Amino acid sequence: MPGEITLTIDGESVSVPPGTTILEAAQTLGKHIPTICYHEACTANGLCRICVTEVEGGRVLAASCVAQAAEGMKVHTRSERVERSRRTILEMLASAVELGDAPEIEAMLQDYRADAERFPGGERREVPLLDDNPMYVRDYSRCVLCWRCVQVCAEDAQYTYAINFSGRGFETQIATFFDKPLPETTCVFCGQCVGVCPSGALKPKREWLMEQGFKTGEILDMTRGERRKRRNGGAA
Amino acid sequence: MIEPDRIVSTTCPYCGVGCNLQLHIKDDFIYKVTSPFESVVNHGNLCVKGRFGYDFIYHSRRVTTPLIRKTPQVPGSRTQAFDQDEWRQASWDEALNYIADRLVEIYRRDGPQAMAVYCCAKATNEDNYLLQKMYRALFRTNNIDHCTRLCHAGSVVALQMAVGSSAMSNTAAEVIHNDVFIVTGSNTAETHPIIAIQMKAAVEKFGAKLIVVDPRRVEMVNYAALWLPEKPGTDVPVFSAMAHVILNEKLYNQDFISRRTENFADFAASMEKFTPEYAEAISGVDRQLIVQAARMYATAKNAAIYWALGIPEHSHGTDNAMALIHLALLTGHIGRTGTGLNPLRGQNNVQGASDSGAMPWHYPGYMPVDNADIAAKWEQRWNIEAGGLNQVRGLTTTEILSAVSPGSVRSLYIMGENPMMSEPNLNHTRHQMENLEFLVAQDLFLNESGAFADVFLPAASWAEKDGTFTNTDRRVQRVRQALAPRGQSRPDWQILCDLATRIEARLGRPQSAYWSYAHPSEILEEMGSVVPDYAGVKYHRLEDEGLQTPVWDDQHPGTPTLFIESFPRGRAKFHPLEYRPAVEMPDDDYPFILTTGRVLEHWHGGSMTRNSKLDELYPEARMELNPADAARLDIHDGQTVRVSSRRGSVVLRATVTQKTTLGVVFIPFHFVEAAANLLTIDALDPQAKIPEYKACAVRVVPAKESELVKPEVRVVRGRY
Repeated sequence: MPGEITLTIDGESVSVPPGTTILEAAQTLGKHIPTICYHEACTANGLCRICVTEVEGGRVLAASCVAQAAEGMKVHTRSERVERSRRTILEMLASAVELGDAPEIEAMLQDYRADAERFPGGERREVPLLDDNPMYVRDYSRCVLCWRCVQVCAEDAQYTYAINFSGRGFETQIATFFDKPLPETTCVFCGQCVGVCPSGALKPKREWLMEQGFKTGEILDMTRGERRKRRNGGAA
Repeated sequence: MIEPDRIVSTTCPYCGVGCNLQLHIKDDFIYKVTSPFESVVNHGNLCVKGRFGYDFIYHSRRVTTPLIRKTPQVPGSRTQAFDQDEWRQASWDEALNYIADRLVEIYRRDGPQAMAVYCCAKATNEDNYLLQKMYRALFRTNNIDHCTRLCHAGSVVALQMAVGSSAMSNTAAEVIHNDVFIVTGSNTAETHPIIAIQMKAAVEKFGAKLIVVDPRRVEMVNYAALWLPEKPGTDVPVFSAMAHVILNEKLYNQDFISRRTENFADFAASMEKFTPEYAEAISGVDRQLIVQAARMYATAKNAAIYWALGIPEHSHGTDNAMALIHLALLTGHIGRTGTGLNPLRGQNNVQGASDSGAMPWHYPGYMPVDNADIAAKWEQRWNIEAGGLNQVRGLTTTEILSAVSPGSVRSLYIMGENPMMSEPNLNHTRHQMENLEFLVAQDLFLNESGAFADVFLPAASWAEKDGTFTNTDRRVQRVRQALAPRGQSRPDWQILCDLATRIEARLGRPQSAYWSYAHPSEILEEMGSVVPDYAGVKYHRLEDEGLQTPVWDDQHPGTPTLFIESFPRGRAKFHPLEYRPAVEMPDDDYPFILTTGRVLEHWHGGSMTRNSKLDELYPEARMELNPADAARLDIHDGQTVRVSSRRGSVVLRATVTQKTTLGVVFIPFHFVEAAANLLTIDALDPQAKIPEYKACAVRVVPAKESELVKPEVRVVRGRY
């Protein structure tokens, strides 16, 4: 069609409208590029770099979720350089974060023959689980810092702004202002954040209790009447 | 990680948005709810109720066996029995036979006017169709209504008078195509949260301008270009003054008025006195704001109006809605994408229950009961002798209870509603409930109304049955069974078929009206065979996105936008308006105006949410009081107060907040411990018969903590 951009991806030619990202162009060819931070309901932010592709003539690898297709571009989605980069990202993630609830990332580890033990003895991001409300728990040991929860809490869905990044570098974590308990923040417990979490860091409380081995009846007892217990002076 | 046994797609049972849910189930336990991101209704977003508030279905207080009262109840001294020890468990056979015997006995003795029924905007289209069919076909009465009377009746009547249809004209998701939109009488962020986030995106991402007209500083005001803080009940002057400005400054759409409307001259004459100065004197809204709002709305390319119950829930609710309709007719902001008259319906299926004929003046499809030709259609469909159906309009929700007396209403069947929380002036409601001769309740819980019953029938919840809901923008969507009914509970449609068969046998009718449906899809097809709007609504067409009514035939794709070519009544009609104040205005004894409504975490009478962990987030009623009023009365945030009207009195804690304006207090109506409807007035709109929930006079005085019915630990919340 007139006005379209033609590029080649792994040797295959494809024409797309201006503004199309490399990721979307690849999808029209049925090519799968792995993503972690990218989500169809969120603004692409190029944070995790797992979707990088090699563009001929480019100095660095291009994050395909944000890099736009250009006329005559020659893109490689699984070149040696791309593979090595993705593998290293996965190995670094696995060295620091509990990925047991992130089946898609675990599948990527396999696909890229990544060695989860490549960085033995590295410091792991281990933080206590936060259970401060009746609806969902936050287990940031499982957080891959994809930013989706922050995005849907803000302009990508809810306009509530209850959570954001806090800390710097390795200490970076998703948090409320001054680490206040969620009920005391602007949180409306819509759970959009739970809906987009890719790694089980955010989880409905009932699902979490079920994972801990509690039976249905016990879960119902444990998630009801917490307030009444508090009123009677006991710990919840 | 939990591997689900199954994931069932269904529709949310809470508000009229109709969000798509996926229930993740393991060992017959819903452990997680998600929503598909490709959903056309909610794009994967949910609110706290939809995502976390389904657990009422497992609550230990849920009744799962038929119950019959141990002590026989007599009119005049009927009592509430909340304790299951006051009931004995019965088999379905015994319970249904008992009901059939008693109802038929009363019908034979006192005739159709002794029979009355409350249908249910929470139940499916099929449930409601069957219940109205049972009462119309068997008991020959039109005393059939449901909570639409308490919610959008004023909007429905006004829209019927003006355009001949009574639903949202446009699709909610079209809000991003508005250049300007008015939100009035709606705390959208709390009551229609998913439409609210689309409204916020319309403002923040798509450059729309929002005008909020509301006596409360609701959350949407944070996104508004203009906020017109009117006194409760002054909608007619405010919106008519906008019409006055549009007429005066010649901002109206003459072409649209000439081609599509009638009665313009009479209407325009009636608007002359509604100057901005006059409206300011009555409403307290700065005249300049009225002028700006009028210009902004009239000069927009595409503008829409969204309203909820702040408009119709007045003794002049029909006039309020009419004032909004006039703005759209004057400017031609209707009949195109991104425009429209959009009453946001409250319940998940209030649109559908109304479509299904759960109303005293209409058969399914809004066909008038007092029309012999139409009655004949239904007589034929239901195998009834010619002239057999009652062609006298029935009593409305509030009228039914008011009519309880010898010679009038003697028996009441309540499916899923809770009038003992939702009616105005509850002390009067209680008195009338006590006077019933026979009461059946069909519900999940022994709520404040069911506790008055002689027989309690345990219904299956929305997750335990098949059916359809019709959402606020007329989209018919599937409800799918995810779990087996708890205990002995049964889906409403099955209960009704079983009961109707027994009643029909006792009445000895020569031909059956037909109750042998194998599946709810057959019930909807029966309705669609007579109701043109639903003619093409078939289950197999609802699998993915549902269909927006009208759907004229099996090929018709549905109707996202109404009135593109014409209005159902042909030309839309302007109606001259006069301002009538609220029935009860503040005075020295009762100096505040009370307005009532909902909060994000709770649903109406609380049968669902107060039996859910949602109650943990918002466990007690709070009265909102403006800081200046609080300072004057020396009331601090969190202090216990007594609020009294001429009808009743409640004790609860105050929240001192800018969310309410000077002279206005707000109480949500979910909490039996401080039931707002003990205070409200049962004055009705003369046309729509809707009560004036949004304005009555109260007095506020400090009270002692010990006077609270059930003191709760204060839950600190930071949300708006």
